[in-house]
Amino acid sequence: MELTRRKILAIGSGTFALASFTGLPAFASLTDDAIAALTGGAEIGEGAVVLTAPEIAENGNTVPVKVEAPGAVSITLYADGNPVPNVATFNFGPLSASRSASTRIRLAATQNVVAIAKMEDGSFQMAKANVKVTIGGCGG
Amino acid sequence: MISRRDFLQVGMAASAIVGASGFGNWARLAAQQSLTQDQLLEFDTFGNVSLIHVTDIHGQLKPIYFREPSINIGVGGGKGVAPHVTGSDFRKLYGIADGSPSHYALSSGDFSSLAQTYGRVGGLDRVATVIKAIRADRPDAILLDGGDTWHGSYTCLKTQGQDMVNVMNALAPDAMTFHWEFTLGSDRVAELVEQLPFAALGQNIFDAEWDEPTELFPPYKMFERGGTKIAVIGQAFPYMPIANPGWMFPEYAFGIRDEHMAAMVKEVRAAGAECVVVLSHNGFDVDKKMASVVPGIDVILSGHTHDALPEPVQVGDTIIVPSGSNGKFVSRVDLDIRDGRMMGYRTKLIPIFSDVIAPDAEVAALIDEQRAPYLAEMLEVVGQTDSLLYRRGNFNGTWDDLICDALLSERDAEIALSPGVRWGPSLVPGQDITREDIFGVTSMSYGQAYRSEMTGEFLKVVLEDVADNIFNPDPYYQQGGDMVRTGGLGYRIDVSKPQGERISNMTLVKTGEAIDPAKSYVVAGWASVNEDTEGPQIWDVVESHIRKLGTVTVQDNTNVDVVGV
Repeated sequence: MELTRRKILAIGSGTFALASFTGLPAFASLTDDAIAALTGGAEIGEGAVVLTAPEIAENGNTVPVKVEAPGAVSITLYADGNPVPNVATFNFGPLSASRSASTRIRLAATQNVVAIAKMEDGSFQMAKANVKVTIGGCGG
Repeated sequence: MISRRDFLQVGMAASAIVGASGFGNWARLAAQQSLTQDQLLEFDTFGNVSLIHVTDIHGQLKPIYFREPSINIGVGGGKGVAPHVTGSDFRKLYGIADGSPSHYALSSGDFSSLAQTYGRVGGLDRVATVIKAIRADRPDAILLDGGDTWHGSYTCLKTQGQDMVNVMNALAPDAMTFHWEFTLGSDRVAELVEQLPFAALGQNIFDAEWDEPTELFPPYKMFERGGTKIAVIGQAFPYMPIANPGWMFPEYAFGIRDEHMAAMVKEVRAAGAECVVVLSHNGFDVDKKMASVVPGIDVILSGHTHDALPEPVQVGDTIIVPSGSNGKFVSRVDLDIRDGRMMGYRTKLIPIFSDVIAPDAEVAALIDEQRAPYLAEMLEVVGQTDSLLYRRGNFNGTWDDLICDALLSERDAEIALSPGVRWGPSLVPGQDITREDIFGVTSMSYGQAYRSEMTGEFLKVVLEDVADNIFNPDPYYQQGGDMVRTGGLGYRIDVSKPQGERISNMTLVKTGEAIDPAKSYVVAGWASVNEDTEGPQIWDVVESHIRKLGTVTVQDNTNVDVVGV
């Protein structure tokens, strides 16, 4: 049999995106304020920042996150469900070989981790990842 | 070529003509005579490479009954498509005649009656016969074990997985990946993995401290077979420390890690692999999404969610082959690998009808050897059942209802919680219930039955949390189990809603009163992922309850109202 069924099984990964951002805690607006303070209200693009975080945290007290943005002079991380959303700012000099950083952060509950990169030309880029903090389920 | 839509319509027409046919005890002999081992093994050898896939055996060395689910709701991209199609809809989808061997093996409906006709399924001695037959056709076939092998039976618990290792070694797999194995504890897992004569793979098994790949579990293995190079990449169950007790294996971190998977695919392609196979314990919907975001995978051999489909599901250029559970099926996947790519495939999901496939004598003897020291205690009859006892399904199965009843009465609780796992063989009406049968649905390394108080509010949080692990429309947030089973507690669930809004109408069944968020209720449950959980082992609780009943009759459970499907 030849591989001819691709049209029929349209698995749109785009259909999942909206659902992940439900139930956002009230702290989200604090993050918006902090981001606005950082960017001065400038428009924020997407696509230049790669944020790697687990879909479901194995331990909410220590969640590994990695962020990478070639051409960034700084990257700021926010956890929009934490009482204090600012997590860290990483600054990169002109001699930085790679504009990436890894750290572990504490997440109080299911929430978004947001990375804002300030680029060399002064523009801003962002990436967002929803990390679920769960009380545990039952494996198959 | 026939399109999918045409295929569906042909299927529906065929089954409408055949209609329902009654089968009784008398039909069993006829069924066995009409179904032959040669028929089950018949396969027109194709291409240049063969894969053999077994997965989620859950310690089942001997033939068993296993009823497939009648409720398996899909959400998001999984809505209404395989494997989220059950019973007669499943048979229509695949053109399977009612009452046929495929009906019995693959779908729910008339299970008790068909079980009389077609008998037990599985048994690793029968699986051995099938593997040997495929190897006779294709001596260099690659045998891959998708994990959940060293868990799920009396002997497996008592020997800490050694019985399964001994028998699987006789089948000579080429590689394996993991899930419940880790609940043996990381020391024991390391001890067993170090003695395996085959590869223990997991590209997503990382060192928890440094978040780096481990030496014990390499990401992939390359095979030179059929004049080509095949890479097999392992993908362990991503949510091990969340769905199972992380304190039993604190050295390891998991996760889906699809970026790392993509890097591994690139690495093996660069090393000359013409075919990339992922031996996965993700669960079917996670595999579908992974196939859509990680380029370059040819075949995903899919485990964890216990789905069995008569043909692969294709996502892009990737085929996904799910091979059932509990030793009930073996998948054969023949591939035509040429010019650096997969040119075509032919697959067969072989149901292991234990009365039709002859046991392999050598493996049968090895199985008996593992069981001999425990045989008397295992085969002790505890009671009988008048009802079909099964587990599979998104909500309560009859085995779970029985376990919840045992918790309510033996632990004097108002509400019982039982984990929504998908393993555990079925028993048909009229069967004895042996101690082995009870262990088949309860055995684990953290089986303590706790008794504590929970507020109504907390109970709702628990139900909402577990529901989101199943019904989150993004498969990457699904953990692959079923809904936590409840005893003494009724509720309504709207599967279309987001977390926090799915559960309503929580009711204490005994009194019919609404659950009060502020009030505390006495709750008994088992399989807590928390360390230092205290209480008797669940199998002792269930045995004591069944002994008091003598003969078990389980009524239909109407306490869960499912809407939004």
